[in-house]
Amino acid sequence: MNTKEEMRDITILAIESSCDETAAAVVRNGREVLSSVIYSQIDLHTLYGGVVPEIASRKHIEKINQVVEKALSDARLSLEEVTAVAVTCGPGLVGALLVGVSAAKAIAFAEKKPLVGVHHIEGHICANYIENKDLEPPFLCLVVSGGHSHLVMVKDYGEYEILGRTRDDAAGEAFDKVARAIGLGYPGGPKIDRVSDLGNPEAIAFPRAKIVDNVYDFSFSGLKSAVLNYLNGCRMKGIEINQADVAASFQKAVVDVLVEHSMEAVRRHGVKQFAVAGGVASNSHLRAALEEACKRQGVRFYRPSPVYCTDNAAMIGVAGYYEFVKGVRHGWDLNAVPNLRLGDKI
Amino acid sequence: MKILALDSSGLVASVALMQDDVLVGEYTTNYKKTHSQTLLPMLDELGRMVELDLHTVDVIAVAAGPGSFTGLRIGAATAKGLGLALKAPIAPVPTVDALAWNFYGSDRLVCPLMDARRSQVYTGIYTFRREEEAYRQVTLQPQCALLVEQLVEKLNELGREVIFLGDGVPVYREALRRQLEVPFSFAPACCSRQRAALVAGLGAVMAREGKLVEADRFAPEYLRMSQAERERMGADEAEKEAMRAGIAPSCRGE
Repeated sequence: MNTKEEMRDITILAIESSCDETAAAVVRNGREVLSSVIYSQIDLHTLYGGVVPEIASRKHIEKINQVVEKALSDARLSLEEVTAVAVTCGPGLVGALLVGVSAAKAIAFAEKKPLVGVHHIEGHICANYIENKDLEPPFLCLVVSGGHSHLVMVKDYGEYEILGRTRDDAAGEAFDKVARAIGLGYPGGPKIDRVSDLGNPEAIAFPRAKIVDNVYDFSFSGLKSAVLNYLNGCRMKGIEINQADVAASFQKAVVDVLVEHSMEAVRRHGVKQFAVAGGVASNSHLRAALEEACKRQGVRFYRPSPVYCTDNAAMIGVAGYYEFVKGVRHGWDLNAVPNLRLGDKI
Repeated sequence: MKILALDSSGLVASVALMQDDVLVGEYTTNYKKTHSQTLLPMLDELGRMVELDLHTVDVIAVAAGPGSFTGLRIGAATAKGLGLALKAPIAPVPTVDALAWNFYGSDRLVCPLMDARRSQVYTGIYTFRREEEAYRQVTLQPQCALLVEQLVEKLNELGREVIFLGDGVPVYREALRRQLEVPFSFAPACCSRQRAALVAGLGAVMAREGKLVEADRFAPEYLRMSQAERERMGADEAEKEAMRAGIAPSCRGE
């Protein structure tokens, strides 16, 4: 490769459709987001109290070309000028993933561009690179979203070791379920975040689960049950439920566990940098608690802006870039893998 | 006019290239792999074999439904992605119409059956009428989801010989034998399933008739709501919907 070619910009067109956001983005050289377009279906799914896979898939099909075309036009680029196409191929809802994967493959195929399949969680982790130009591996990353709760050691670009994961519900899932139980509705995360500001986080002592054989693993289903039992108990005794207190106490229990496990890993692994990612990373109480804990430990704390915490394609473009420069390419038989694990070969 | 055609509406994956009146190539498989693993590699192989420059394609024809929801979306997303890159319009070919083209020119009734689960079939009733030097497909029952009993009733009323084809045949063969009062036959393997060449053929007709759509506006015709939507309508409404199945908006007879 000659010098001229080495200096050429690498521009990735990225597509993400793993759950209920149809998204496309253009990212230059892994760190510069030229455009990021997100079509959120959240209003549609609010009617059903959660994401309905078939409805999500149908909406993705309707929106996919529009978001891709807008991402290209916002970036003032034509498809020919793109270096490669990256797409989320898992984990996620299989029908939803397949829309993005099929469209990305067809676009790359028609334009004779390399194709890079990206792991959705790797995308979330890489969201931290967008606004933190100084952040480089190694660092520890807490990934918390509606579908995932992972404590991941980022050893190098594209090289991950999972230290801990949830044994049952994801953190975001617990937020949604508790929000529904206390009448806040869907989506639970932002609603509990807001209502908690008015409540007393010490009002009710909800349990913090510890996993015996792995100090880094999480479990949120016990906490969720404890909240439901508390609510039932109140109803049976005719005690009025204070929504804000329940929300604040529940949220505190989740945040405590996430922070404690994260800091335990920080101490044991002697990490100097810590990042948080995923939809739940936009929770203001979690951000504040992690920042505070990192400060106490003398560890640099990184977090993406909320718009890069929730599902987006810019993060897929960043992850796709680092996979691309490592030489990762996928064939036209690239499939959606709903249960793809971080580190699994795609 | 160069038409690239795709069909992934059922178990079959099929791609074809048609230029004017010539079928340049077709590749069809009916194998257990998912369409996500087969459709584009097949197109890649076909394209290489016939030295296709994709950018010379004028129209992308795709089996637009009904069919397996996931299969339809793999075909639709592939067609839309190709359409976006090639700036080509899409011919949304009704799946059942294309299936019936297996018996182009037949003066018998042609009745494709796709297993739609829940005791239903995606079906339609067609025949062909000669117009000068070609045949025109005549639709007696536009594609729709029906209970097999409802379909049999319609066929018995029509009182004409009928040919069945499609992946619903093995599922409902016995029920048809028991209930039909008209002469009938089942298609042999060579002309009993989806084929992209048929989609290309109907795509050409749609192109001539100005029925193409822009790639970004195209979405499959599922002929069915999602389960969540059905449940949200409530049990009563769902029942009414089932009652209406024979005369649902997409199923109006001519």
